[in-house]
Amino acid sequence: MSNAKPKTPSKLERILAAGHLAVTSECGPPRGSDGSVIEKKAEMIKDHVDAINITDNQTSVTRMCSLASCIRLKLMGLEPVLQMVVRDRNRIALQSDILGAASFDIHNVLCLSGDHQVFGDSATGQNVFDIDSMQLIQTVRHMRDEGKFLGGDEINSPPKLFVGAAANPFADPFEIRVPRLAKKIAAGAEFIQTQCIYNLDKFELWMKQAGDRGLLDKVYIMAGLTPLKTAGMAKYMKNRVPGMDVPDDVIKRMSGVPKEKQAEEGIKICVESIQRLKEVQGMSGFHIMAIEWEEKVPEIVEQSGLYPRPEV
Amino acid sequence: MIVADKKPIEEIIEEVKDYNSILIAGCNECVTVCEAGGKKEVGILASALRMYFMNLGKDVKIDEVTLERQCDHEYLEEIRNNIDQYDAVLSIACGVGVQFMAEKYFDKPILPGVNTCFLGVTEERGVWTERCQACGQCILASTGGICPVSRCAKRLFNGPCGGSTKGKCEINSEVDCAWQLIVDRLKELDKLEDYEKLTPIKDWSTDRAGGPRKVVREDVKL
Repeated sequence: MSNAKPKTPSKLERILAAGHLAVTSECGPPRGSDGSVIEKKAEMIKDHVDAINITDNQTSVTRMCSLASCIRLKLMGLEPVLQMVVRDRNRIALQSDILGAASFDIHNVLCLSGDHQVFGDSATGQNVFDIDSMQLIQTVRHMRDEGKFLGGDEINSPPKLFVGAAANPFADPFEIRVPRLAKKIAAGAEFIQTQCIYNLDKFELWMKQAGDRGLLDKVYIMAGLTPLKTAGMAKYMKNRVPGMDVPDDVIKRMSGVPKEKQAEEGIKICVESIQRLKEVQGMSGFHIMAIEWEEKVPEIVEQSGLYPRPEV
Repeated sequence: MIVADKKPIEEIIEEVKDYNSILIAGCNECVTVCEAGGKKEVGILASALRMYFMNLGKDVKIDEVTLERQCDHEYLEEIRNNIDQYDAVLSIACGVGVQFMAEKYFDKPILPGVNTCFLGVTEERGVWTERCQACGQCILASTGGICPVSRCAKRLFNGPCGGSTKGKCEINSEVDCAWQLIVDRLKELDKLEDYEKLTPIKDWSTDRAGGPRKVVREDVKL
């Protein structure tokens, strides 16, 4: 869906609207108060991506907040994507943080449910889930487009955020994966960053089905990629990470090279995946999630032929 | 029914160890069905406590009673004439019963002997599972008769999340994914197109969020 008119000041939106394949990556905030950690990670990737997602207490492990980390990126002159999960905040806190983000000219938000707290460091804690991720998409759009709070009151100076959502083409039940995408688009999602893709055939089937329903004309799809570091990581993701689909041939390929060469092989698989997916009808960009391996993002982007990044 | 589970005996002993006369009060309703607080459990708990105090060489009077219900005035009144004989009552009704008895017998310690768990069903003998969280605004008509509030770990109204794997929830492979169940049932009912209807943001004011709740029915009031 290129040549659409941008609705927000988001650079990411401008790049997508201009028809470029966008590139985003993500940085996980530190488990401490040293803000320079996030700045160092951003420094490694800033010239090779259009925007940087900041995760929101991912896997329910308590970290520096996403909003503060995004502000740090903003102060570096970079383009953050504020990830927001509905696990930890009710509608008051979510709307309040959206306004706070907008006040720092953060123009992208990714609306998520969040991993259940049982996975993290606070398994005995309460969760909130006042609204769900679909309803968070609606909330941001409502605040932006209607200029109103959920409670109905007018917002003085509404937030201007480009609204994204996640999609997992691999989770079950598969038959509702495309309807679920349709639902997110109906809720107001403007861009999608997908779960890590290792099963390219299944992803392409999902894209085809989405295209057949006309959904790819309504939303920008950015394919999610995570380079594998080791064969062990591939196996762990297959067996232990819910909703992850790592085909046996990927594991076989990683296991087939000596340990010291596996990281290189993982990068190669990632680059080959991007090159293949670039050709998929309706593909709008790539979201490279190099978990605690940010320094590899530049070479992945370069080897995939996605460098230099466009000026818009 | 309200499903409860027995408290560990050590915890109960800690509650009652300083008393010389204790009435153990069971309830003939939900907690009887879930085998946590009925007449049978009253007897077992009384025996355990008698044995405990006997081993200490302490003479403690332990009596047993099982009321029809502990959530109604009339049945709680049945112990009014003899409650003064006891230093404390150990109620093994649900938390509702414990509290209602405490309201009625204001100067008497009323102690809980079970943990009240949830509103649920007997799946099979010895296995009870949750079905309802009493949110006060039932949406089962649009979710294929399966409740995402009580059965989805994230109470998603527009699920499933990305953690649904082979019909199971991301928190535990023994827990069914509520949204898999909903999708399966909608399909069975030939209503899968309902899946795509966006469920609006919930009004939680009828839930715990709105404070202690009350139902007043003028039509049935005396």
